[in-house]
Amino acid sequence: MRRSNLPQNLGFLLLWICMITTLFFLLALLFFIVSKGIRIISWEFLTQGPRQFMTQGGIAPAIVGTIYLTMGAIIFALPLGLACAIYLCEYSPKSFIVNLIRIGINNLAGVPSVVFGLFGLAVFVKFFGFGVSILSGALTLGILVLPGIISSTQEALLAVPQSLREASLAVGATHWQTIKKIVLPSALPGILTGVILSIGRVAGETAPILFTAATFYKKGYPDSVFSEVMALPYHIYALMTEGTHPIRQTEIAYGSALVLVFLVLVISILAIIVRQRQRIIYVH
Amino acid sequence: MFRKAKEFIIEKLIQVCGLASIFFVVVIFLFLLKEGLAVFKIVTPLNFLFGKSWYPISDPAQLGILPLICGSLLVTLGAAIISIPIGVACAIYIAEIAPSKTKEVLKAGVELLAAIPSVVLGFIGMVTLVPWVKNIFHLPTGLTALSGSIMLAFMAMPTIVSIAEDALYSVPKSYKEGAFALGATHWQTIHRVMLPAASSGILAAVMLGIGRVIGETMAVMMITGNAAVIPHSLLQPVRTLTATIAAEMGEAVVGSEHYFALFAIGIVLFIISFAINVTADLFLHRENR
Repeated sequence: MRRSNLPQNLGFLLLWICMITTLFFLLALLFFIVSKGIRIISWEFLTQGPRQFMTQGGIAPAIVGTIYLTMGAIIFALPLGLACAIYLCEYSPKSFIVNLIRIGINNLAGVPSVVFGLFGLAVFVKFFGFGVSILSGALTLGILVLPGIISSTQEALLAVPQSLREASLAVGATHWQTIKKIVLPSALPGILTGVILSIGRVAGETAPILFTAATFYKKGYPDSVFSEVMALPYHIYALMTEGTHPIRQTEIAYGSALVLVFLVLVISILAIIVRQRQRIIYVH
Repeated sequence: MFRKAKEFIIEKLIQVCGLASIFFVVVIFLFLLKEGLAVFKIVTPLNFLFGKSWYPISDPAQLGILPLICGSLLVTLGAAIISIPIGVACAIYIAEIAPSKTKEVLKAGVELLAAIPSVVLGFIGMVTLVPWVKNIFHLPTGLTALSGSIMLAFMAMPTIVSIAEDALYSVPKSYKEGAFALGATHWQTIHRVMLPAASSGILAAVMLGIGRVIGETMAVMMITGNAAVIPHSLLQPVRTLTATIAAEMGEAVVGSEHYFALFAIGIVLFIISFAINVTADLFLHRENR
């Protein structure tokens, strides 16, 4: 017995080292962003627009822009995605074509985000003539998260036991009543987790808005859905690659990165909490 | 009567919405095809894929994407070499060794890593990793394929870890108990029983991780140096397919050959990611059976 402990200890040590490396990377990353970013964060930084060629002032328009784009994308994608998942899981007959659609949607979730940017450019910016605008960007981001919302909702719906549906139908509820009163409430935590994760993803995406919505500098706040918009992720990219004051811009980029990471992490932690509570509910 | 009508309307409404999102996706793919295929009036598909020079705005434009494909492959290969062993090791640690409370924390940690936007990773890579690579290897610039590979490895990690962990978790408990009953140590059980049993799920995890790396745009664009030449080592600047689209689409004139070529690159990316996802799907289903 003692003999075979050596390979085991070595193996476990190796696994442990890999785990620590990954955690260390995450913590180092967060530490870097927080320690450098916190110096630049102030009330002024969060509530004012940039001044003096990006060397002074804050990032308020970029924060507002990101909120607009994210909200727009979710308002567009959520009803469509939910309806599509409900249709595929609850209404459509189990056929080959439906299966094909399911596989297609799952695979679309893996298509590179920059390709969605191309879609958005060809369809919303050019074909529909929305131009580079909040509308184009929000629709592009909406299409980007649509597959994710559909497949996570589907998973949540499939996890609801068939017996619940049958019981509901047996006591005389209609199909829609069963879905509304029985299936959706049981699937809610799962659906919610998927939606919250999608919000986090949309808020941090850059490539799809590069040529559909984002601009480096805009005076004041956007006044309609057809105006260009500043957005946090694009702002970080632009600060590092454009402009004429690299040192001062890097500092502002640290501040912007901290705000963005803070936003996205709060959203993800929310999703993790929702899922934990769901597990507890199922156990009891 | 009223109830029946309501039921009917709601069902149709859901059906319309559901079909609309499918319709959307199809139409949009057709748009991509329409814009992208136009480039093949100018170059043959073979010359486009295997042409060695990418000078889209010279006259006449040279539209060969081989350097870009090589760039993408090199960065992906580097990232795979780093992320596959570490990612699978993390998955084994989380699934098999960590006590259940630590496990929750570790899983949450991996999920947070997945949530960090790629532009932030690119930014941090630019201000930390790039200068380090430059100094350690005494290079003229730290914007190299290696820097990109390292950063992307940690982006692929969460995908690999969570799917591989699922695969290990779904190995029937009886396998493990059987191995223990025969007197195998925990380590022997892991590498002789658990890993082979979960192998197709782990392969799927690796494929999806690689898919994530190939499609990654912002971080790559910021830290790999964007030189459209066929690379000979990891320590050279490269330009990937995704970065080319992101960097050049802003300047391309609508309707020009450059514009169509960028859409054609989009089609290439679409096909690559589709192939990867379908393969991963097959692996996952083989496991289910």
